[in-house]
Amino acid sequence: MSLLDVQAVDSFYDDLQALFSVNVTVDEGTVVAIIGANGSGKSTLLRVIAGLQPARSGQVRYDGVPLANLPAHERVARGIALVPEGRRIFPSLSVLENLKVGAYRRRPGPWTLDRVVDLFPLLRPLLARNAAVLSGGEQQALAIGRALMGNPRLLLLDEVSLGLAPTIVRQLYAGLPAIVSAGTTILLVEQSIDQALAAASGMYCLLEGRVALAGPPAGLTRDAISAAYFGI
Amino acid sequence: MTGQAASPATPRQASRRQGLSWQVVAGLPTLVILLSVPAWRSSGDQQLLTQLLTLLALAEVWNLLAGFGGLISIGLQAFIGLGAYGLYVASDLVGLEPVVALPLVTVVIGGAALVSALFVFRLSGGYFAVGTWVVAEVVRLIVSNISAVGAGTGVSIQSLAQFGPAGRISLTYWLAVVVGAGSVALVGAVMRSRLGLALRATRDGEVAAAILGVDVFRTKLIVYVLAAAVSAAAGAVIYMSLLRIQPNAAFSVDWTARMIFVVMIGGLGSVEGPILGTVIYVAMHQWLGDFDTAYLILLGAIAIGFTIASPGGLWGLLARLIPPLRRRHFNVDLSAVGPAQTEAIK
Repeated sequence: MSLLDVQAVDSFYDDLQALFSVNVTVDEGTVVAIIGANGSGKSTLLRVIAGLQPARSGQVRYDGVPLANLPAHERVARGIALVPEGRRIFPSLSVLENLKVGAYRRRPGPWTLDRVVDLFPLLRPLLARNAAVLSGGEQQALAIGRALMGNPRLLLLDEVSLGLAPTIVRQLYAGLPAIVSAGTTILLVEQSIDQALAAASGMYCLLEGRVALAGPPAGLTRDAISAAYFGI
Repeated sequence: MTGQAASPATPRQASRRQGLSWQVVAGLPTLVILLSVPAWRSSGDQQLLTQLLTLLALAEVWNLLAGFGGLISIGLQAFIGLGAYGLYVASDLVGLEPVVALPLVTVVIGGAALVSALFVFRLSGGYFAVGTWVVAEVVRLIVSNISAVGAGTGVSIQSLAQFGPAGRISLTYWLAVVVGAGSVALVGAVMRSRLGLALRATRDGEVAAAILGVDVFRTKLIVYVLAAAVSAAAGAVIYMSLLRIQPNAAFSVDWTARMIFVVMIGGLGSVEGPILGTVIYVAMHQWLGDFDTAYLILLGAIAIGFTIASPGGLWGLLARLIPPLRRRHFNVDLSAVGPAQTEAIK
């Protein structure tokens, strides 16, 4: 049985439909990438899974159970953590305090402050620092580390690479295997596809709110992916 | 700090050890001195200190909402007035001992705050601020029309006459010590707890807090109810001192103006700031209050000056000059991080 099953989900911003009958399946212990252009509905899909945005029809099943209207903070308790687009660091809190908020639910699991700092050593000298003064890459590492502090079973990563230098993006992606081997499944959303497809064993390409292409990246040609991505 | 990291300690032990900080070392003797005041100071001095301690309680909880929670309320006077009238009802009409009536009123008005929360938490930002004021005005109008509590003219509390003038003033003063010191301890404890961390996270970003598992609504609701309950207790003690309750004064927005001034000059977002702010406000009121208009202009000028020059208030200024005063609110267990990190944190 798959860990996450998104079944025929429609979602709207008022009258504007953002998702059209989207189906996505994520098996436990894998990395799945959702790619697509700006406005294709990738972030909306993650928001629906995280409980920030309602699905008007269809359902999200997690660990076999429909999540229905469960609020976001309750989903965290069940093991769904979102690293949001734009990172949303708490600017007036220290790095350490940001990480502590991540552990708010006290979910048991392998991730501790020590292990998170081992995974992203760049955070080590910054722990006492105010989170607002961090660079974009440091903030992204903090945002991922903060989500891991909640010991998620399913980690949702929204545009990790957005606005970051390629070197720091590589560093962040280098951390993913360690996260998966600790028992966390990853569903990530990206606009830049190379990094995402290299890390993922499954891929969905969204186009204007619909799944245009799905399958393991290894079995898909470059042409097929760009056709689905751009809709040409 | 480094010594602490060397010895293995559970998080609970570590936070308890940190709990015996200079705040406790300075606080306990202060509390003993305050409690002994009726033995060696006049009734007039006790009344002045009663005014100071109750204002301190109000400033602490306003700061809990605004400074730590980002919830700007201009309607806590609803609960001050309800606390005052509640005390009158419980002690004069029902006949309870004032000492019993006070905690009862605190709890009941705290419960009433839950009801008003259903209304005001539908609003956010500036709308929340105005909404809390609207609630206070509605409560004032309702109370002004209840003849059992004197309607628009108000009532006088008689139940304290049994203690005699000096006894009444001392009793009221001791209760003010409990409310004032209690509010400092309460806000201090909240800000060291998980709830305090969740509150500051919520202030910084509600969505970010929610996706990390914080129940944002519940967090805001808890501190709102705490603030209302403390305001009710302070209101009850204030009117045990003043004796005459009139709705226009008890539910006046002037209370909130005072809280804002005290917190702005003392230090928004610190537990210690309101203590400084209260002392400064009461001292100024005592020495300069006779100058009327000039005094009010001066108050306004000082508030503006602090807002521009030191948004962290006087406490923020001191903390910048004296590093040991810079203390994070949430107790972080450094022993779990290892020596390398502890060095970085210093």
